[in-house]
Amino acid sequence: MSYLSLSDQDKKEMLAAVGIRSTEELFGCVPKTVRLKKDLDLPAPLAEMDLVRAVEEMAGRNACSHYLSFLGGGAYDHFIPAVVDSLSSRAEFVSPYTPYQPEVSQGTLQIIFEFQTLVCQLTGLDIANDSLYEGATGAAEAVLMAHRLTNRPKVLVARTLHPQYREVIRTYIKNLGVEAIDVPYGQDGRVDPAALAALLDDPVGGVVFQSPNYFGVIEDVKALSEAAHGRKALSVAVTAEALSLGLLEAPGKLGADIVTGEGQSFGLPLSFGGAYLGFMACRKEYVRQLPGRITGQTTDVEGRRGYVLTLATREQHIRREKATSNICSNEALCALRATIFLESLGKDGLRQMAWQNAQKAAYALDVLTAVPGVRRKFAGPVFNEFVLEFPKPWTKLDAALRDKGILGGLGLEGAFDGLKNCALVSVTELKRKEDIDRLARTLKEALS
Amino acid sequence: MIKEIREPLIFELGAPGKKADILPALDVPEKKDLLRGVALRGDIDGFPEVSEPEVARHFTRLSQKNYCVDLGLYPLGSCTMKYNPKVNERLSGLPGLAGSHPNAPEELVQGNLEILRRLETSLCEIAGMDAFTLQPAAGAHGELTGMMIIRAALADRGDPRKYVLIPDSAHGTNPSSAHICGYAVKEIKSNEDGMIDLASLEQEMTGEVAALMVTNPNTLGVFESDICRVAEIVHAKGGLVYMDGANMNALTGIVRPGDMGVDVMHINLHKTFSTPHGGGGPGSGPVGVKKALAAYLPAPVVVENGGRFALDHDRPKSIGRVRSFNGNFSIIIRALCYIMSLGPKGVREIAEYAVLNANYIRKRLEGVYHLKYGAASMHECVFSDKFQKDFGVTNLDIAKRLIDYGVHPPTMSFPLIVHGALMIEPTETESKRDLDHFVEAMLTIAREAKENPDLLKSAPHVTYVRRLDEVAAAKTPILKWEKKN
Repeated sequence: MSYLSLSDQDKKEMLAAVGIRSTEELFGCVPKTVRLKKDLDLPAPLAEMDLVRAVEEMAGRNACSHYLSFLGGGAYDHFIPAVVDSLSSRAEFVSPYTPYQPEVSQGTLQIIFEFQTLVCQLTGLDIANDSLYEGATGAAEAVLMAHRLTNRPKVLVARTLHPQYREVIRTYIKNLGVEAIDVPYGQDGRVDPAALAALLDDPVGGVVFQSPNYFGVIEDVKALSEAAHGRKALSVAVTAEALSLGLLEAPGKLGADIVTGEGQSFGLPLSFGGAYLGFMACRKEYVRQLPGRITGQTTDVEGRRGYVLTLATREQHIRREKATSNICSNEALCALRATIFLESLGKDGLRQMAWQNAQKAAYALDVLTAVPGVRRKFAGPVFNEFVLEFPKPWTKLDAALRDKGILGGLGLEGAFDGLKNCALVSVTELKRKEDIDRLARTLKEALS
Repeated sequence: MIKEIREPLIFELGAPGKKADILPALDVPEKKDLLRGVALRGDIDGFPEVSEPEVARHFTRLSQKNYCVDLGLYPLGSCTMKYNPKVNERLSGLPGLAGSHPNAPEELVQGNLEILRRLETSLCEIAGMDAFTLQPAAGAHGELTGMMIIRAALADRGDPRKYVLIPDSAHGTNPSSAHICGYAVKEIKSNEDGMIDLASLEQEMTGEVAALMVTNPNTLGVFESDICRVAEIVHAKGGLVYMDGANMNALTGIVRPGDMGVDVMHINLHKTFSTPHGGGGPGSGPVGVKKALAAYLPAPVVVENGGRFALDHDRPKSIGRVRSFNGNFSIIIRALCYIMSLGPKGVREIAEYAVLNANYIRKRLEGVYHLKYGAASMHECVFSDKFQKDFGVTNLDIAKRLIDYGVHPPTMSFPLIVHGALMIEPTETESKRDLDHFVEAMLTIAREAKENPDLLKSAPHVTYVRRLDEVAAAKTPILKWEKKN
């Protein structure tokens, strides 16, 4: 298949205009010694119909779509209203680039301005950026930002932060002389306040925690923020499940200075982990250290309201090595999907969806812990996922559930010491009562 | 006269109680006092309350305020704004792919792992590298990953070194990425052809330099003809060569970075391999390395064993993860589809036609617009406003006037070594008719600059908004809608 648009005649005329006989001559500047002397070793081209078949076959080898899934852990299966797919697939949104020319990009710019407003409303903070890559790099950018703001070389990172986020933070800070120190969790699955207090004896730039945390447990954002502020450290709240912001108090209102996280729950398909949507908001006094693009309101020469990219002096294309971040392109189309999602659901719909998640998770906890031998691991309050402890190794139970067409959860044994026979179970609005009952029934059979 | 309709912000549209009916009633017993003791939020003040028809119209109207590739030429230099095939959009959304969970067991996502592996293999062949990671989410993210790999490898040898050399023509992400990797940046001057000056390179390339970051073709659209010598100089002092593959579009099937001394590189899938730019992302920036550096790639890596695919996490020398899960998978699918459609000949035609189109534009505008560097152009050509400055017209005025003619302006913000730059990249998918339209518009504008410069300085004239006050936007930032009390 080809997407070229020149006819043979066009090509001939253009070669003549350039003053050459063949396209070969265009590459005279490439040393002959390194020029490819044969065709690339790639499969033969496919016509559109054959391409569709080939990719459908590969998609068919993903058996996971036939399972009833209770997987979460940083990616959540939520309902996506048709309006999100329909509107976001318009070519006017899909095929432009960054709105460098605001006069012909007001659609993207106004939507991003709305996105920034929504993020501020949800996080309870003053300023939000246009987006970041995804949750883990968002957390890493927040750590670097806290470091720049406080000039302190250490940050405290909750052990209950998503393990992949912790790993990305470590990758990012390794070469910058910043040290991340683990904060352990207590019996209830939340950050251990005594351990945190002890670790705060040394000056640190920030306290980074996730709520709901990796175990699904809702952290005490207010207490953690107060502890951080008591030592003049920044409170950095991360969320991997943005839908929780529809029900839980905005972290900014509970003292968080920087809120960042993963917005996949807002209208983005699971898609094996990407493309997803990092978001970040902060208090207004920190805006000059905020990474990423920012859109602002202004007026045109006729006094009409319009939007432009602004505060670019933080960014790499102006500041080069002194920029707040090296980020250039972000996740604009994912932010657009989130904007459509949130505006369609609206005030009431978002709260309803979040409330249904919490209710269904609570129901699931009740019926699953009613299965003999199954125990809730952490007593702390949860949003839409939770850790269960089983009387048998999870790998065995998991296999038994899979035999019955169920992905019952995510085993935690490898990632955490002390969580032997434990799994993380996620329940979203998409799980019907009968689905949850089926999981409980199948689990009971597997254990008996 | 009827007043023109201005699209309000969604927050100005709604009314209490309006909503879209999306959720069914709760089907489990409701616990009214659930989460008692946890801080719950009240009403979100000002949050949208609109009907679905209103949402549909809001976004459709806003979409019409955007220019896009499907409307016409989008010659934004360095950004490679080519056509995005529709079938790739459809395929990336197949339920079996879009619905797959990143934490699903490997044996249930064999199709996904095969897609990752096939793209890695294809990129290795096209770039002449030995291994690729698909984790980086964008070009700049790839740069950072690549520089981390270089640092880890050098540290392993005993000394990560202090400096990274970057030509003065480089994109701003290069120095920024090197900096986040803990390196200090030293700039290398370009010679009169716009290429790396070998004498300055030889002088700066010491045992304290970790790497050279080179973009090839560079941001002037000029192929670094001395690239093999450049690599020799860097390697002779124990350094490594990083290639920014932002302009790989000019090289596919013609020459492979791995064959000209490059040790590490990234490729922007959203440029060379046609995945849509989405108004500023998501992109994808896979990083390729030579065999000696493969151990340092971010973990996990996809491995194939007898037709079964798995993720290998046991990579002791890995720099670690740079992103959660498996990269921008939905973008990765589209890029693989593009390569599968084109095959070897089609991949070569990417470069042939991109370079032909750029040279055609260059030839037709040369003499009318100033060309600071005369070296041969690859996939883009960089003019400047030098001739038009005589009439008080800048590259910005030319750009804004182009909008009146229905074409997106070229890149103007860099390369920094060309003042008043107009960096034009047509890509391979354009028709002669659209190229000619652009050329005619540019020629007309050059005439207008002489005869009626005010027409350019007040442009654009036909857009939804006209020139916007960017200074005011930065001076008194309004970064969100706020409810008026």
